[in-house]
Amino acid sequence: MTDTMGSNNPGEHPQMSPDWLRGLLMPRVSRRMALQAGGASALALALSACGVAGVKAAQSTPSSPSAPAPTSVAGGATSAADAGSSSSSAATTSTTADVNAAYWAAQTKTGEFNFANWPLYIDVNPNNKNDHPSIDLFTQQTGIKVNYSEVIQDDAPFFGKIRPQLAAGQYCGYDLMVITNGIYLTLLIELGYLTPLDQSKMTNFYANASSAVKNPSFDPGNVHSMAWQSGITGIGYNPKLVGRKITSWQDLLDPKFKGKIGMFADNEDLPNAALCAIGVDPATSTQADWQKAVAWLQKGKPLVRQYYHQDYIQPLSRGDIWVSMAWSGDIFQANASGANLEFVVPEEGAPIWTDNMCIAKGAEHPLDAMTYMDFVYEPKIAAMLAEAINYITPVRSAKTFIEADAAKATGSDKASLQQLASSPLIFPPQDELSRLHYYRVLTQAELKTWNAMFEPIYQS
Amino acid sequence: MVRRKLMGRLAPYLLVLPGWLWLVIFFVIPVIAMLSLSTQTGDLIDGFTQTFHWQNYLDGWNEYHVEFIRSVIYGAIATILCIVIGYPVAYWIAFRGGHRKSSLLFLLLLPFFVSFVIRVVSWQFMLADNGIILEPLKAIHLLPADFHILATATAVVGGLTYNFVPFMILPIYVALERIHPEVMEAAGDLYATRRAAFRRVVLPLSMPGVFAGVLLTFVPAAADYVNASILGGTDQTMIGNVIETEYFTNTNYPMASALSFILMAALLIGVFIYAKVLGTREVLDMAVA
Repeated sequence: MTDTMGSNNPGEHPQMSPDWLRGLLMPRVSRRMALQAGGASALALALSACGVAGVKAAQSTPSSPSAPAPTSVAGGATSAADAGSSSSSAATTSTTADVNAAYWAAQTKTGEFNFANWPLYIDVNPNNKNDHPSIDLFTQQTGIKVNYSEVIQDDAPFFGKIRPQLAAGQYCGYDLMVITNGIYLTLLIELGYLTPLDQSKMTNFYANASSAVKNPSFDPGNVHSMAWQSGITGIGYNPKLVGRKITSWQDLLDPKFKGKIGMFADNEDLPNAALCAIGVDPATSTQADWQKAVAWLQKGKPLVRQYYHQDYIQPLSRGDIWVSMAWSGDIFQANASGANLEFVVPEEGAPIWTDNMCIAKGAEHPLDAMTYMDFVYEPKIAAMLAEAINYITPVRSAKTFIEADAAKATGSDKASLQQLASSPLIFPPQDELSRLHYYRVLTQAELKTWNAMFEPIYQS
Repeated sequence: MVRRKLMGRLAPYLLVLPGWLWLVIFFVIPVIAMLSLSTQTGDLIDGFTQTFHWQNYLDGWNEYHVEFIRSVIYGAIATILCIVIGYPVAYWIAFRGGHRKSSLLFLLLLPFFVSFVIRVVSWQFMLADNGIILEPLKAIHLLPADFHILATATAVVGGLTYNFVPFMILPIYVALERIHPEVMEAAGDLYATRRAAFRRVVLPLSMPGVFAGVLLTFVPAAADYVNASILGGTDQTMIGNVIETEYFTNTNYPMASALSFILMAALLIGVFIYAKVLGTREVLDMAVA
């Protein structure tokens, strides 16, 4: 029937003429058949030969290279920063350290580096969203330009994005990236996708970093990472809508809040928070504990409105949900922009996490990135960041700088800075810290079980 | 002479060579790699090795058949809604649009100048429990206080319909636009009522457009995961969300590949059954429209 139509008005639709298109189409069918035949034979070969395997870094290298002892590092750092002395001190340690020292000795400053970070995770010039005063200061002092981009929405997709390049031994486009401790940081380390840091260039870090972020369990000896900020996964709620004080994880699953409860849709915060909720320290939890945590989550599931990724803060501010699992800094920031929410660290304890700066394998500007990583451990810079980000700063002495800024400020700025300096969420007191637990570290085999148990909660 | 003859015979093949290469590099090779991956076992640390573990497919189906079926149902409902909404719009533009046709088509495509995700997020904003639509209705007690649209299947299917309706309208419009008004006049001359003329002349002539629209709507709608994750709740997970989680969160690449293949196979079989019912000739015509 289209024959008549087509010949009637070919002029109107020259690109759509059926005769012309069918002419192209008819042989294409047979070509597709040929393609299929070719494909089928190739398939047999490819299916057995196709190598997507063997991603693991050479088995000979230990999965966690022996860390130089912190004392020797401190010595090296104080004696001199030049490459000559650091390589001579490294000569006494293992061969991995030698290789690493040689790597760093060969690096020169390039005058720029590429920095991948999460959104809203750095200070911002109030007049220009794309201007970051702390970065400007760095460029002024060192002459190194920072190409700053907020490309990390979540660890998992970012890992998925850069993995192919890293696996192929190529530069992934970023020198410095901020990755949360947990499954993906462990994967990056185990797969050998991170460049071990130059311990001799971590002067500020060893002088100023709080003990909580030095030598962390997920990266002994800070071989691959330095903390950017830490945060707590607790409960955020709207006191007006909830109508009472929330103190525990059990309050989160109060049947009165049915349909107004938010939880995280991930395989780290959700399971680890649930383990805290049933009174278990995630770090030492067993599979039986996981089962109990799953049962607790299943019990609460009919009450939950949605399992959120990063996007819970809008519905919480709007009132679509009244109470939700939340990250400490998010609640602070939402309040700063007009919301009236509260954050609580539940009495049973809560997960704490640390986002870590690390240098990708194959980085093109590692020395510039390394310089920046130590720069943010100057207390003054750490204070600039903490004032904007409102998470737990890795530099405790930043507090005096925030207090000094508060003394200088006036009006509402003064009040918020004073609140910041005294906030237990940014400078947690010791008893609070003891209630906070790092994520369970999982082997690949455990991870499979873990995922199979917790995924049906947030995905059904 | 012989050489010239040979060149003459080879010419058509050489001309389609770029197309061939394109298909091989960007379609055939990735599909084979994915098929290979789907039967491998292992994990990221130790690497994935080919073990012809076809069990992945069975496991995938057993574990996620609810999400598969849900995706197909959501996709189908959204597609039907797209036809119901899209056909009259296409008809009106094609036959009553007059000289404003191109402006109307431009208006139809206008939302596409805004990013897909932002459009979905703005629906989340509009449909909020106490947002600009529900708040007034709740204030005058037309709706109970705990009524909500977000986090329901309605929101997800509505989002899918909204996002894909232009893909239904355009091909139907192209098919209708080709029908000369004289054809309908002729039907009238042959004593067909307007209804009969539509049912027996216009509708059959526009079917290739509907077919193309169904393809352009159903396949991406069933595989979509953005609407479900932004507008859905705890029980609206679609297979696209599962594949995303398997790939990114669980780094279980074989399972993600197996699930993708099941989805692809299901959609292909669906399309071929649909094509068979309409007849092979129409399938070619459909591609033309």
